[in-house]
Amino acid sequence: MKPAPFSYHAAQTLDEAFALLQAHGDEARILAGGQSLTPMMNMRMARPTHLVDIGGIEDLAYIRGNGDRIEIGALTRHYQLEQSSLVQRVCPILAAAARNIGHYAIRQRGTIGGSLAHADPAAELPLMAVLFDTEIEIGSGAGNRVVMASDFLVSIYTTALEPNEILTQVVFPTLVAGEGWGFRWVSRRVGDFAIVSVAVTVKLDSSGRVERLRLAVGGVDAKPLALGQLADAYVGQGPGSRWVEAIAEEAAGQMQPGSDLHASAEYRRELTQVLLRRALRDALDRLGKH
Amino acid sequence: MSNISFQLTVNGVAREVLVEPRKLLSDVLREDLRLTGTHVGCEHGVCGACTVQVDGRPMRSCLLFAVQMQGNQITTIEAVMKNGEYSPMQQALHDEHGLQCGFCTPGIVMTFEAYLKENPDPTDEEIAEALSGNLCRCTGYQNIIKAVRMAAAKMNSPKNQEVEP
Repeated sequence: MKPAPFSYHAAQTLDEAFALLQAHGDEARILAGGQSLTPMMNMRMARPTHLVDIGGIEDLAYIRGNGDRIEIGALTRHYQLEQSSLVQRVCPILAAAARNIGHYAIRQRGTIGGSLAHADPAAELPLMAVLFDTEIEIGSGAGNRVVMASDFLVSIYTTALEPNEILTQVVFPTLVAGEGWGFRWVSRRVGDFAIVSVAVTVKLDSSGRVERLRLAVGGVDAKPLALGQLADAYVGQGPGSRWVEAIAEEAAGQMQPGSDLHASAEYRRELTQVLLRRALRDALDRLGKH
Repeated sequence: MSNISFQLTVNGVAREVLVEPRKLLSDVLREDLRLTGTHVGCEHGVCGACTVQVDGRPMRSCLLFAVQMQGNQITTIEAVMKNGEYSPMQQALHDEHGLQCGFCTPGIVMTFEAYLKENPDPTDEEIAEALSGNLCRCTGYQNIIKAVRMAAAKMNSPKNQEVEP
């Protein structure tokens, strides 16, 4: 359980980091919080020849409101998301998701950029990114680009990042008045990755009909899934218990999860249905409508 | 790969080390600095036995390379006892029988020394959630939860706050 040898490079600025990545190409890995990469290195599932530590680039750690957006720097740690009064106020589902990541000590170190770049299909922050289809900003020596989360997350542990690129910022929308949310998951133990996790937001119009619905499910595919088409079909209706049941049942029917050591496909489909039902009820309860 | 030389600040003391960049903080503390109170269990961030504080925050020393820690303040279990006396958290673990073999105990102490500063009056549920990151195979956890509750009560009592400088 000791990592293979590597050369260590501490970047103090983004430009330094870009130059290091340019020089070492795909033999280099970026080290941010190291709560996913380091265990993989300890187990020698990852053996980078060069490690580019971006932990010293202090201006990559921030949470700032900008109109109806929250801009979050890549090095923002999970506990900062969890405790941010801004996030708790304008995007509380994101604070709830951060609070559920790993364990207390892991949340002190792990970063939002690292979690998204690691792209575990059952992790909390990729689920949140997919739910809102967040803008993900990526930099390199050649310039910056913005990729939507649905394009950024490609497959299990695979993203749209090129070897010379660094994820620099994630932009979440704010929830508006009259918008409720639900986040539910099942894991074997506290702190484990979820077997299945779901996230929803529900916005009602002044007549009490559903104006906007977001649905996302994690743990059922190689990346978290946004159920946009399904959600759109349920907009404009009154959010009664039949509405909740129909969404949960239809979503579960669409899932094609695999079976593995942790859970069978059938169990994952069942969880999708039960958790969506609960999350939708949570969202409506938060609006006082149910 | 060759060794590199750098400085670490551990328990307030600057220490020179000469190690490979791949050497984990947990191993540098134990092998190079002879601070063997930090225990090494799973070495992939699950068990919590190696928890130390970095700038006052509990972190897994098996998920940090020592070379990353230049400029940070590292605190280990060796610095928790003050003037030959246990901290309230240590004393409470003793009083409530919160350990048997003691292997997990340094990680638990380093976790809750920090946690109780952030959340001085936690509920049992909150304690259990924070404790979920530290595996203990002896106690069944109940006495550790009692100990954290006792430590919190002691640290919150007016008497204790008068004594503290």
